[in-house]
Amino acid sequence: MDRIKMESAGSAPGLSERPKLPTIKAELMVRDTGEDDSTSQDLHEKMSLRNLNFFYGSSQALFNLNLPLYDRRVTAFIGPSGCGKSTMLRVLNRMYDLYPGQRAEGEVTLEGESILRQGLDLNLLRSRIGMVFQKPTPFPMSIYDNIAFGIKLYEKLPKSEIDARVEDCLRKSALWEEVKDKLHANGMSLSGGQQQRLCIARTVAIRPEVILLDEPCSALDPISTAAIEDLLLELRKDYMIVIVTHNMQQAARVSDYTAFMVLGKLIEFGETQQVFTRPSQKQTEEYVTGRFG
Amino acid sequence: MSATNMDMRLYASRKLRNTVMMTLCVAAAGIGLMWLALILGTLLFEGVTGVELKVFTEMTPPPGDSGGLLNAIVGSLFMTVLGTLLGTPIGILAGTYMAEYGRNSKLTMFVRFINDILLSAPSIVIGLFVYTILVAPHIEFAIPMPGKLFGGAIEIELGGHFSGLAGAVALAIIVIPVVVRTTEDMLNLVPVHLREAASALGMPRSLVIRHVAYRAARAGIITGVLLAVARISGETAPLLFTALNNQFWSLELNHPLANLPVVIFQYAMSPYEEWQRLAWVGALLITTAVLLLSIIARTLGTQRSKNG
Repeated sequence: MDRIKMESAGSAPGLSERPKLPTIKAELMVRDTGEDDSTSQDLHEKMSLRNLNFFYGSSQALFNLNLPLYDRRVTAFIGPSGCGKSTMLRVLNRMYDLYPGQRAEGEVTLEGESILRQGLDLNLLRSRIGMVFQKPTPFPMSIYDNIAFGIKLYEKLPKSEIDARVEDCLRKSALWEEVKDKLHANGMSLSGGQQQRLCIARTVAIRPEVILLDEPCSALDPISTAAIEDLLLELRKDYMIVIVTHNMQQAARVSDYTAFMVLGKLIEFGETQQVFTRPSQKQTEEYVTGRFG
Repeated sequence: MSATNMDMRLYASRKLRNTVMMTLCVAAAGIGLMWLALILGTLLFEGVTGVELKVFTEMTPPPGDSGGLLNAIVGSLFMTVLGTLLGTPIGILAGTYMAEYGRNSKLTMFVRFINDILLSAPSIVIGLFVYTILVAPHIEFAIPMPGKLFGGAIEIELGGHFSGLAGAVALAIIVIPVVVRTTEDMLNLVPVHLREAASALGMPRSLVIRHVAYRAARAGIITGVLLAVARISGETAPLLFTALNNQFWSLELNHPLANLPVVIFQYAMSPYEEWQRLAWVGALLITTAVLLLSIIARTLGTQRSKNG
């Protein structure tokens, strides 16, 4: 996987029709998905948001969001701080339900089934929709237990199978080589980047259908970030992935679709290539080129 | 550094004030430590000479005779352990409710307020309270048992006299507020994102608390329990009204039970030299035990902050 660079057209005048606005070299920026086997598959709308409004007490944080989220694709949410990206993510697995006074209106469906309805088993929902947080959150237990714990919640497996699953998940999250000799060391003893990969391994271990990532790399160094981005492209083959990010290069590098939000409203949603190179909204263009936000 | 723009007089006066304040602070710290050193020194000086094997093998003697502190040591250990066992689960469960389920609820604020009062309640009041419910009244009742088990019923007789059980209950009442407070505080320190991460795996609330929150707060909660043990192991007032004392060997909960604090109280005020010597030894033993517990609690506390 080649790292893809963003360059401003300031160094390449004449590319854009509006030379004063720095734009992006499309051919460099967007991942070549042509060879990817998943593009040959039909798009499957796994989750959809319809007229989603969200409230923290009496203040509204999301306004009438409508968009599809596709299976085996990475959808990135970008936008300035406080635009509601993380709030939107916390609606998808109903994390907001932990706090009284927060409520969502409208409809969010997973495989056609509403997930906002009362009485839905939230533990089962969250076992289908995994989430990785901004700060690495290893549990205060061993590396092995961090992963095995989630597995044991929903499956009764012999130890040998759990061992195999733990190894498999650690391999998938590119952590196995680094931790295979200290599986029983405390998860907190790992570096920040390793901890975050452990959290991803833990999420993958319970075999969810969807993985939500809330700025997973904002606390990490560039090398760990690269490792996690590679991992996302790997996981994309099996999961629906939604990533919230502050880093537009990251959105461009890893996502198939991009949603741009400002102040709780969805400004633009489309294929990443289109959003970054031919945005239909002026606000989007100003944001992705660094003029706003 | 050139002093062209500096007012050297201003700087000199600041330096002088700094020196004066520093001296005052060091002196204050020194005075505080001096009393501690004097107390420990006196205890060691008076107590160490009396420490001999007899102290740990013989019963408390009658006046004029020689003996040891065995029954008082065992009685103290017995009531401290029982009081801790009674008080800790209640304290941890209450603290868990306050931090995990009822954060910001009216009940929690009410309980926290009452708990703070209990935390600073004079221990003699707690002793009197237990005296009025477990020592003064004589309670007798029978629990019917099925068939001929235990002769058809278990007869229970409580109160009417001083008892080790009443002593343990009084100590438990002192343990509860300490454990409630530390449990609540330590659970409140567990980062929100750790709980969210556990919930995000589809972990039910009870498991999040038991396997993630407790684990993260474990060292702090244990520290709280140890501090509570240290606190009750020296309490005298609540035991004067409940367990009283017993010159002889006894482990019966329904009878007066010997214990170090009351023995010290009684022996230290007596005119007999042997008793006074034993009182010093008893005081040294309790102080050493409390010191050790505090060191263990402190060590656990530092480990917690290292693990982060």
